[in-house]
Order: sequence, then C-alpha cells, then structure tokens
Amino acid sequence: MSEKIRKAGRHVTQSEALIFETSAAGKHAYSLPPLDVPGVEAAKTLGTEQVRREIEGFPEVSEIEIIRHFTRLSTWNYGVDTGMYPLGSCTMKYNARVNEVVARLEGLATEHPCQPDELSQGCLKILRLLERCLREITGMDAVTLQPAAGAHGELTGVLIIRAYQESKGDPREVILVPDSAHGTNPATAATAGYRVENIKSNRAGRMDLGSLRERMTERVAGLMITNPNTLGIFETDILEIAEVVHHRGGLVYMDGANMNALVGVARPGDFGMDIIHLNLHKTFSTPHGGGGPGAGPVAVKKFLEPFLPVPVLEERPGGTLRWNAERPQSIGRVRAFGGNFGVLVRALAYILANGPDGLLATTRDAVLNANYMRKQLEGAYELPYQSPSLHECVFSDKKQARHGVTTMDIAKRLIDYGFHPYTVAFPLIVQGALMIEPTESESQEELELFIEAMRAIAAEAETEPELVKTAPHTTRVKRLDEVTANRKPILRWKPAPTPEAAD
Amino acid sequence: MHPKEYRYTKEHEWIKADGATGTVGITHYAQEKLGDIVFVELPAVGRKLEAMESFGSVESVKAVSDLYSPVAGEVTEVNSSLKDNPALVNQDPHGGAWLVKVKIANPKELDQLLTADAYQKFIESEAAEQ
Repeated sequence: MSEKIRKAGRHVTQSEALIFETSAAGKHAYSLPPLDVPGVEAAKTLGTEQVRREIEGFPEVSEIEIIRHFTRLSTWNYGVDTGMYPLGSCTMKYNARVNEVVARLEGLATEHPCQPDELSQGCLKILRLLERCLREITGMDAVTLQPAAGAHGELTGVLIIRAYQESKGDPREVILVPDSAHGTNPATAATAGYRVENIKSNRAGRMDLGSLRERMTERVAGLMITNPNTLGIFETDILEIAEVVHHRGGLVYMDGANMNALVGVARPGDFGMDIIHLNLHKTFSTPHGGGGPGAGPVAVKKFLEPFLPVPVLEERPGGTLRWNAERPQSIGRVRAFGGNFGVLVRALAYILANGPDGLLATTRDAVLNANYMRKQLEGAYELPYQSPSLHECVFSDKKQARHGVTTMDIAKRLIDYGFHPYTVAFPLIVQGALMIEPTESESQEELELFIEAMRAIAAEAETEPELVKTAPHTTRVKRLDEVTANRKPILRWKPAPTPEAAD
Repeated sequence: MHPKEYRYTKEHEWIKADGATGTVGITHYAQEKLGDIVFVELPAVGRKLEAMESFGSVESVKAVSDLYSPVAGEVTEVNSSLKDNPALVNQDPHGGAWLVKVKIANPKELDQLLTADAYQKFIESEAAEQ
C-alpha cells in the first residue's frame, strides 16, 4: 500500500492503517466502574475450556480511534445507497428501509431460536406467511426457507432430485446445464455427485431444443435452467423444454436468480418447473453480498414435498405451528434453525409493503429500465443477440475492441464516472460481455446519467483509448494487476519472518 | 499458425502422436481467447482417460476452462513446469507448454480428430458467429 498521508484534512480518501498498526500498549476505550458485587470466576462457572486468557496481538486503541477507523473504512464502500449498481444478474436493488424497521422490532430482533415452539408462535407465523407468499409467487406447492444463499438453494434442490429418483429406484448420473448458465449451476451439480453436460445456445440466445433432445437420455437426472437466462432473454420454448425432460423421466430445476423479471407476470410452477430457488437478496430486496447473509428458499411441486429439508413447519388443529422433523424421506437439515430469520423477515416486509400490484409494477419497471438502457446504448455498443430483453441487457465490446479497449477497461473507466461497474465478461457465450441490470430502483434521471457516462466512454475509446485502458484515474489505488495478483499472490499482511529475523 | 502434423479437437486441444505416445496441449487460439493463464490443474500420472473426458483445467483471469483428452489413454507424464510458470501456456502453447503425455489406447481415434486445416476453418466459423 502507498505511503500514509499524514494530513488530517484528506483522511477519508487516503490509505488507512490497519487497526493493528495503530495499536499502542495501554490504550483502551471506556473503563468500567469498580465491581460492587461479589466477583465470579469464569473458569469455575463455565469450565476452563470456555475461558481464553489473552488474545495475542489484539490491538489496543482508544474509542475514538476505533470509531474513526471503521467510519473511514465505511466511506470507501460503494453500495446501492451511494449510487447505481448495475451488476448484471445480481439484481442490486434498493434495500428498503421499512425492511430494516421491521427486522429491528424488539419481539423479532431479540427472539431466541431455541425458545420452545409454543413461545415462538409469532415468528413461526411470519415464516409460514412467507412460505405462502413464495408459493403463490412461484406457482409451486411447498417451500423450504432454510438455504442461506442461492447456490445453497441449488444444492438443496439438486439433492431433492437425487433423493426423489433414488426413492423410485431410478438413480441417474448426469445433469444438463446450458452454456449460458450461472457458474454455480455446474458446480452445484458436481457437488451433488452428478456429471455435468452442456447444452448449447442457439443464435437467438436461447437453449437449443435439438441439442436438448439429443442429450436428454435415461442417464440424465434433470436440467438446470435459468429463465430468463443470463442474456436476459426469456426461454420461449420452456413448455417444450420441460416436456422433453419430463418425457425421459428427468426433472427441471429452475435457477430463480432472474425472478425479478417474472414476479407477478409468470409463475415457474405454471410453465413446467419442478423445483426453483429464489434469491431473497436479489428479487426480494434484502441486503446483498457483504451487506449481510442471504437466503435462497427452495420451492417444489407437491410430489417432491416429502424430500424437503427437515424440520418443516406444520399447522396443528387449533392453528398452532410447530416444527416437525419426522420426515423419513427428507434430504435432512441444510441449515440451523429456520434459516436466516432476519433476512426472511425483511423479504416478507418487502412483499407485504408492495402487495400484488406493487410487485407486478416492480417487475414491469425493472424490464422497462433494462429496455430503456438497451435502446439508448445500442448505437454505442454492439448488441450480440437481438431477442427481446427482460430485466437485463447484454452488450459486447466488439466495437471498442478495434481500438484495443475491452469490457474490463470500460468497466474500470465507469468507476471514474462514479458508477459501480456492470458485470464484466459474463455470460461466457458473449465474447467481451457487458451485462447491465439497472433494476426498478433507478429513476429515469439516474439511468440517463449512466447512459451518458457509457456513451462518453465509447467516444473516449475511439479518440483517447489510452485514457480508458489505464482507468480508473480517480480512485485511491490504481488498477490491480490481476495477472500478477493471481500468479504470485501475497497472502500475508507482512512477509513471514525469516528464521534469522526471528532469532 | 497451428502445426500441420498435430490433430485438434473442437474444444481447442491439440495432440501430437509419436508412436503410441500422444502429447496434448491447448491451441494458440485457445490461449489467446482465455487471456493470461494464472493456473493449470493437471491429472495424476496413471489416470485412465476416455476420449473427450475432462482431465484438468486452465484458469485465466477471465474464466476456468476444462481440458479434454482428444483420445482415450493413460496419462504417462504431466508437465510439472506449468505449476510454477502457467504463463508458459500463453508463450509457447504448441511446444514447451504441453500439458500431459498419454499412452494412446486406440490410434484409430486420431483419424476422427480435426486436421490443422479443418481446425482453422472451425475457429473461423466460430469467430464469424460472434
């Protein structure tokens, strides 16, 4: 890291020392008053194995130093609260404040997951209601809220496929995945013990039905499909795709990462999907990525319900709810307690605050914003697929590549214009992809600001390509040398002490 | 650009047959598309491979790509120098950056692979699609 600048006036934009480097013996935060009750010896009460005598190298700093350190670091963040975050396929929408208010209600925030069911009826009702909403939105029959992320939901879903087919005495070896799939799909199938085979996309950017027919044999457990796919294009052959898979005894798993294009308009359960996961941290506005844990509920058709993770919520006569773990065909537990409860509460708050009409309007606005973006940028950037876009649009850097400028360069330059970059070089079926998902959260004014920036960069690529290729120019640190970082990673804060130095 | 005496796959591997031994690598075109290679994952010596079975992967800053064996056979040697110097795949894909050597199970399989000319046509049509 560069030399620390010692002028106080520029703190917020400058390199920050690690908190360990600020440490000096004896500095501390507030002091507790003298003990006025009999002391308790922790080791005696809790057992010696529970007691840590000291923490080696723990930083000693004053309270204001802690506050400043983390406050300064927080100003280096770029989040959806600071500006547009058009990262394609990630649905970086506004995390509504009402969600936070609800999640912080005392009865919810302080509830302990080990409380008996009778004393947790309110929380269980919340989970039950969320299950019902998600069933309705997806057109499925049963839901588990346990999985803690999208890929976790995928694994849960694929394990359900395995358990179902094995219960029928029909274990299978292969999962089909289109070449436009999210990278997690093949990884999930492999983790669940399946071999992965690819299905090619056709020129319209959709799954090639002929190729699917050829590959769909009795060895194939199922298909993992994303709809709309990662090009933002709806798989218009979805009914036929489902039929081809079902006809040969396979199941169709839908990756619901792109549900922001469908909520309130089309239901996967109605177009032949057997299993779907939802990313509550995408479609349902809960914090995303570093902002907190995720949630990847899985919804299934009736015939797969016995295989859902345990415990499941059950209603007893009289309306009380309880967890039931007596499910012999279940794939087992995939997450502690009922899943990431705080996230689930936020998602329900979002659903109820919007209501059916609000959710439909949200979907339409998301699609409208993506299409506005597409229309406004298609002159400046190459549009590799002409099929209609839903919630995101994918360009390529073909025009800019003539001047030696790649999608990565354009993304870095976008940082100078104050935006978080779009998704770079994905999906892989588009050479030099720029994948843009504005979401419904952005106003027309904000979209236009982004469009202007993108047009300006396209012009720079022609007149001043070096400016783009060496971007960003306004950040604290320059562009990372990704190749060297990968080939010669420095994984320690300080170099390991050599034996001589240690002496 | 792509040596005449090699045979090629549509997944962009090449194989050079020398009696029963085949040397396998990825093509110049493939390394160019992948960009800077940062890691190469190779199989254990002795592993038996089916034709077009994945035997490892190459990782660039952009993506991880599977490596496929052009023919069936047993791995007799792997290029250990790529562990410390994956950049060699970018510098010398058709020579020093060979990946594995295999004992070819059925030499007739070589005839089903693409010739240099056919491979050249294949990558041109692939480029045209984009």
